[in-house]
Amino acid sequence: MSDLAVRAEGVGKTFATKGGDVIALTGVDLEVRAGEFVSLIGPSGCGKSTLLRLIADLDEATTGTLDVFGKPARRARLDQDYGIAFQQAGLLPWRTVAGNIELPLELHRVGKTERQARVAELAELVGLTEFVDRFPDQLSGGMQQRVAIARALAERPRLLLMDEPFGALDEMTREYLQGELARIAAETGAAVVFVTHSIPEAVFLSDRVVVMSPRPGRITEVIDTAADGPRDEALRESPAYFARVTAVREALHGAPVARANER
Amino acid sequence: MMARRASAVAWGALGVLAIAVAWEAYKLLGPAEGVVVGASADQPGSGVMILPRTHDRAMPHLWDMAARLFQSTSGGDTPPLIVSVASAALLTLGIAAAGWVIGVAVGGLLGLAMQRWRLVEWGVLPWIVASQTVPLIAFAPVVNAIGNQVARGGAPWPQWLSVAIIASYLAFFPVAVGTLRGLAAPDRIHLDLMRTYAAGSRLTLLKLRLPAAVPYLLPALRLAAANAVVGAVVAEVSIGMRGGIGRMLIQLAGQGSSDPAAPWGPLFGSVVLGLVAAGSVALLGLGLKDFRRGEAIA
Repeated sequence: MSDLAVRAEGVGKTFATKGGDVIALTGVDLEVRAGEFVSLIGPSGCGKSTLLRLIADLDEATTGTLDVFGKPARRARLDQDYGIAFQQAGLLPWRTVAGNIELPLELHRVGKTERQARVAELAELVGLTEFVDRFPDQLSGGMQQRVAIARALAERPRLLLMDEPFGALDEMTREYLQGELARIAAETGAAVVFVTHSIPEAVFLSDRVVVMSPRPGRITEVIDTAADGPRDEALRESPAYFARVTAVREALHGAPVARANER
Repeated sequence: MMARRASAVAWGALGVLAIAVAWEAYKLLGPAEGVVVGASADQPGSGVMILPRTHDRAMPHLWDMAARLFQSTSGGDTPPLIVSVASAALLTLGIAAAGWVIGVAVGGLLGLAMQRWRLVEWGVLPWIVASQTVPLIAFAPVVNAIGNQVARGGAPWPQWLSVAIIASYLAFFPVAVGTLRGLAAPDRIHLDLMRTYAAGSRLTLLKLRLPAAVPYLLPALRLAAANAVVGAVVAEVSIGMRGGIGRMLIQLAGQGSSDPAAPWGPLFGSVVLGLVAAGSVALLGLGLKDFRRGEAIA
């Protein structure tokens, strides 16, 4: 058994469009260890979402090899080796919170009693126990996103793929959910590949931050952002955290950033 | 919620009342022989009538129409008009319901096939649209003739079946189009999600496409119900089936000059019929109301 959650070697993706081929991603080499939290960050068009979709086998890589837990991405998808969450919660509006969380279990013919037990467990994990009978339109955006995370965790995947899951939320909710996600990732021990626009978010959550750049989409730098202690509010205030934020920012801009330019 | 319902009922009642008042007001104030322009004295019936006649033969009083409902249908010991209207309406409703069921089944299957295979959509959809341009009165005798052929061959083919099939010809159209639109309604993100769950096309249809289609299907089913009633009434008349409300309407309208209030009986009957048909589908919608929730973007 491989202890690598994701292994990409020379992965590229080219989309054929009317105006000719567009290279979305080229020469991507990346390894994500089991249990590791890795963020993909970069400006729009750098291919970070594309890379995530390739890992999820929602699109197929044009070149290179992409293994998930030592098997081809397609096999891993069919084996349900990962859970996924998108920028929109993507809940089915006609299902209650419980109905949405148990959707993957229901699709894979898990028995009713087991489903109910798992839903109760997950609702507890994301703090929505009192809301299991509500419908998505009765929830705030942050709560919807928590349901989506619970749904992604339903089948105890060892890999979680997240495409800007907090991108549409306000800053307060966002920071709160980052804390929750850090806790959940630690509790479940799942590897996470996390796409984001936000430098502080990436640094706060990740063991490593993968910096990407566009035209063509590629990895330019990988920055170690492992925290010494738990990822909690104290981390956000620590000098080491600010130093890592600066490091990621400089990697993104390709040159040292003058202190005066910092917010 | 309650208050909104009550005000909806009040507005509905007010609308009906307004029509009744307008009818009686025009009858009171309008000239008995109407207003005709451009008539020449030596040619009776010439000219263009711009306002209708208001005398009792042309426009009976509303209370006369109501009273007529409780008098015998056609003299002698025939039952009161309202009883005849009700039984005729029930027969037509039954036939329309059969037509609705056939139409929904055919339309639903066509929609499913068109959604599943693009080629079917390209090949069939234009024909489905074209089918609705064929006038019902041209199409009805053909169905009837086929039915008679089948019946002569020994297979049972009651006349009402022809009427039901003609009704279904109008009813299937909105269902086919609504099913196609509805099944294609799910967002990209939901389809991606089903793919990550490795759910095949059957599971995706069952758990995602069909539920997502409900908001499109309900109006289609309601439209189909209204179409089925219209189709059944017209088909009864054009193939000459007895006992239904369409035939009754024509029959009593023919005797209108001697018994002007009588045709209004079956007319009201067919209005009630349409309301009952549309209302039954609305009841169906109540049971499916969870499928009409929109996902709130907070």
